[in-house]
Amino acid sequence: MSSSLNPSSITGAKRWLIAGVLLAVVVSMFSAQFNRYYLGILVDIGINIILAVSLNLINGHTGQFSLGHAGFMAVGGYTAAKISLVISPMLPPALQPLIFLFALLAGGGLAALAGFGVGVPSLRLRGDYLAIVTLGFGEIIRVVVQNMESVGAASGLKGIPKYTTLGWTFGLAAVTIYFVSALVNSTYGRGFIAVSDDEVAASSMGINPVRYKVTAFVTGAFFAGIAGGLYAHHKQFLSPTGFDFLKSIDIVVMVILGGMGRTAGVVVAAIILTLLPEVLRQFSEYRMIIYSLLIIVLMMARPQGLFTWNRKKGGAPA
Amino acid sequence: MSQPLLKLDSATIRFGGLTAVSNFSLEVNPCELIGLIGPNGAGKTTAFNMITGVYQPTDGHIHLNGRSIAGVKPHDLTRQGIARTFQNIRLFGSLSVIDNVRAAMQLHCKHGVRASLWRGSRFKSLENEVETCALELLDIFKLGSLRDEEAKSLPYGDQRRLEIVRALATRPKLLLLDEPAAGMNPTEKEELMHLIRFIKDKFQIAVMLVEHDMTVVMGICERIAVLEYGIKIAEGTPQQIQRDPKVIAAYLGTETDKEEPFDA
Repeated sequence: MSSSLNPSSITGAKRWLIAGVLLAVVVSMFSAQFNRYYLGILVDIGINIILAVSLNLINGHTGQFSLGHAGFMAVGGYTAAKISLVISPMLPPALQPLIFLFALLAGGGLAALAGFGVGVPSLRLRGDYLAIVTLGFGEIIRVVVQNMESVGAASGLKGIPKYTTLGWTFGLAAVTIYFVSALVNSTYGRGFIAVSDDEVAASSMGINPVRYKVTAFVTGAFFAGIAGGLYAHHKQFLSPTGFDFLKSIDIVVMVILGGMGRTAGVVVAAIILTLLPEVLRQFSEYRMIIYSLLIIVLMMARPQGLFTWNRKKGGAPA
Repeated sequence: MSQPLLKLDSATIRFGGLTAVSNFSLEVNPCELIGLIGPNGAGKTTAFNMITGVYQPTDGHIHLNGRSIAGVKPHDLTRQGIARTFQNIRLFGSLSVIDNVRAAMQLHCKHGVRASLWRGSRFKSLENEVETCALELLDIFKLGSLRDEEAKSLPYGDQRRLEIVRALATRPKLLLLDEPAAGMNPTEKEELMHLIRFIKDKFQIAVMLVEHDMTVVMGICERIAVLEYGIKIAEGTPQQIQRDPKVIAAYLGTETDKEEPFDA
């Protein structure tokens, strides 16, 4: 019985988390051996996993439709970048991991605050309406950043220190997966799915839908902010155009393709959809057409998502 | 006489120009089995929605245990002891049978976000407790063997029963059943009647049901209120209701006193 309530699987979840973080850090130590191009793609994959898994909490488990994930990512990315740009010259290099951690957490925190700000007023809306509001939010963030001289405005923010490593990325990806899975796979967490299945029934069962939706938005935004911070310290350059709504759509596609509310599927979808454009690079100008066609084919073949096992037993393995 | 569990005091609700329920007064005592009947569109479900906080009455008051429920959100009312089922079944379709019950039990859980994330030993023992409790409840209603089935894959009758189990999992003092016999065959109806009586006795709660099926209503209700066009036209024991000329007129428009041919 692999029920989420089985005690051994719960300790297992924690063990997996620790193993994941350790593995990421160890592999990271040898990252100098890797081809830089592949290394870059690996980090991209890790960041996309964080984005997709965190959006999955909002769009998948809780059944909301947010198109603002790139906005939260931008908030986190710019905040973290600005912090490390200002602080790192003042402190000795030995403190670099601490600075980075602080910058990431601050970025995540501010993104979470933005998530709260968007969440509370817009949660009276459902489905398409919510999607439009979050879309508007994302665009507002982008335009605000585009006009903020202190973060480089339209020309972008340059010279961000290269702090992001494989260890940070996949360590935090493991934390994200653990966090979201642990949250959902509990008696408390069934409330997210209950809200997604039937909000009216949920509220008459004593579940406060607003609280659950805000929790999902704040948590999702927090991790999107972290992903933004990792992204900033990976690319070392941020430009507002990188956070337009196409980026949000990319993440939504990962969630839908992976199967709404299936963490394992979403992780695999994030990996596939990050690799696909790279693999297709040889076809140069036809690349995006093939990419789009593949998504259409995948979606038609598996409308329920790539991986749909084990929801019945209480969710994806942590 | 002790304080009524639920008291509607000339509760009225208007939607624009339409008065859906008008001056509806009713008292429900603890551990009472009360029926609410009336022709289609009489405002029965609307009355339910007022009692459960889905709609706010335009006029009048509703008190639960002597406290006004004006402005109280549905989920808080559930906390205060009102649970319901729905006319068209509204289970959490993608959750398993047991998780439907667990979801309804979370309002009494002492472990929330932090415990779920930390997953310490206290969390584990509390989760085990919840599971045992949910399973016991399912077993009472013979659904225990279906614990891991997806709720939406259950047969109709089982879904109806699961919805009742889920409502009971919130530990209500008042259970509202909205047309529990809808779509059931005579045997299932017979079982349902036993079930409702059993619930009332076993859990010592008040049950209020909206129902079209006269066999069920007359068979189990201790008291019946009749709505027509949003107005309460009669209230009394099944025998009184059966003989009430206004009720007969509302339902039949003739002088027949047979109630059998009525079916939802």
